[in-house]
Amino acid sequence: MEQTIFYIFSTVLVLSAGAVVTVRNPVFAALFLVLAFFTSAAIWILLEAEFLALTLVLVYVGAVMVLFLFVVMMLDINLTVLREGFARYLPVGLLVAVIMVAQLVYIVGPARFGLDKFPAPPPRDADYSNTREIGLVLYTEYLFAFELAAVILVVAIIAAIALTLRKRVKTNFMKPEEQVLVKSKDRVRLVKMATEKQDD
Amino acid sequence: MLEAIQSALSFLPDGLVTLLIILLKIFALLLPLLGAVAYLTLAERKVIGYIQIRIGPNRVGPRGLLQPIADAVKLMFKETILPTNANLFLFILAPILTIGPAMAAWAVVPFDDGLVIADIDASLLYILAMTSLGVYGIIIAGWASNSKYAFLGALRSAAQIVSYEIAMGFALVGVLLAAGSLNLGEIVMAQQGSVIQWFMWPLLPLFLIYFISGLAETNRAPFDVAEGESEIVAGFHVEYSAMTFSVFFLAEYANIILISLLTAAMFMGGWLSPFEGILPESMLTGGGLGLLLGSGIHWLLLKTAFFMFLFLWIRATYPRYRYDQIMRLGWKVFIPITIVWLMVVAAMVVGNVGPWFD
Repeated sequence: MEQTIFYIFSTVLVLSAGAVVTVRNPVFAALFLVLAFFTSAAIWILLEAEFLALTLVLVYVGAVMVLFLFVVMMLDINLTVLREGFARYLPVGLLVAVIMVAQLVYIVGPARFGLDKFPAPPPRDADYSNTREIGLVLYTEYLFAFELAAVILVVAIIAAIALTLRKRVKTNFMKPEEQVLVKSKDRVRLVKMATEKQDD
Repeated sequence: MLEAIQSALSFLPDGLVTLLIILLKIFALLLPLLGAVAYLTLAERKVIGYIQIRIGPNRVGPRGLLQPIADAVKLMFKETILPTNANLFLFILAPILTIGPAMAAWAVVPFDDGLVIADIDASLLYILAMTSLGVYGIIIAGWASNSKYAFLGALRSAAQIVSYEIAMGFALVGVLLAAGSLNLGEIVMAQQGSVIQWFMWPLLPLFLIYFISGLAETNRAPFDVAEGESEIVAGFHVEYSAMTFSVFFLAEYANIILISLLTAAMFMGGWLSPFEGILPESMLTGGGLGLLLGSGIHWLLLKTAFFMFLFLWIRATYPRYRYDQIMRLGWKVFIPITIVWLMVVAAMVVGNVGPWFD
């Protein structure tokens, strides 16, 4: 049963991953990438890694890909321009692809990555909390690496903001902290005066 | 009752019986949910009507009570218009992608101690993941419609939902810090004792931010710029008609009920009775009055109904935010407050501050 489910999901995963690079329309490519993420999350759930699976859906599908799609939808992509030079770059592309496939086979091939090297972990009890275990390991054994990653991310955020921040000179924008301090007497002056006689 | 059904079906193979029981549970949840959605639309029109000193719908059935049924029949028999030059596959897929996650999130929602379809360990994370998928329906609808208004609505909605998801996620981190669990049932049970134990007191800023972010996540007033009738007609669903439109509607209202229920469960003690710790134990257990005053599903539904009413009340009261104000509120106000309060909660938990964490 579990094997059948695994094969169904991995078929969908491989097909959608292939479709990401083969479909013409970039919006469809992004959507296939979403499908690929979602199915790999399902496979992770089969591996009893529910925390990682849900985080994958939450972060990559729910946030990163939304912004991706956001950008892709606003692009006006001219496909003929993109396809120029396809033949010229083909040999280089093929070389890179062959080397990558060879590396992959070398590392995750059956000689090094077979079931005898990495047997399936024994199924845990129902009250085994994956989330708690990850938290325990992350904040004790790998605390230094974890904090390093956090610092690098903060630096990346600051760099991204610094790159895109530009002060526009002539824009009107409001300062809410000043707005809330405004009193009616700053804006309106009520004047009392006697009625004047109108000339005929 | 489930055992009786199980034994009655014992002539079928084992796997099939399990499947049938799961399907039965799903129907037992979804049918009342869809009924609640239908009557929430009537409640909305009635409540806003009374707030604006009108009567609201009162023609169909006694006091207008059959109005949702009339609406449903009307929507079913209308023609589904498919715009030319729209991407038909995505155009039809979009409403399905909206309602699918909105319904799937209910699988882990507990209604009483143990009364839940799938009692998984990380149910809070599951709900957050599922609700974050709902935005795809909106984006795809906006893009596939091949209409500028729809596209603008989709862009607004995507930016808004992604922004408020962060504040919402931080508020949930506060809850799981306080409860020490990601399981919704355990979160509710961590609030046992009395009204003082409810998480709305130690997590008051997070409670308010969660509910307001919930308004923004469901694209409700005053954050409904994705629809923005006065500027972009109806936003992302301007090209949709008949059933395709009503599926968007169903998803939006199912999400409203979900947010209300989650707020009630995480911050107001869920199904726990507010009389706990006030009335003597003997009055809260046993039959008769004890059933009414003691903890039970009726308290959860009552609290949920209160928050659903808040949704309607807020819609009738506040004008729509301007878009830059929405973004400012989300990024510059809510996220800093949640981060600061997370530290406060963490300090309270570590320092065993009573009466909540001792």
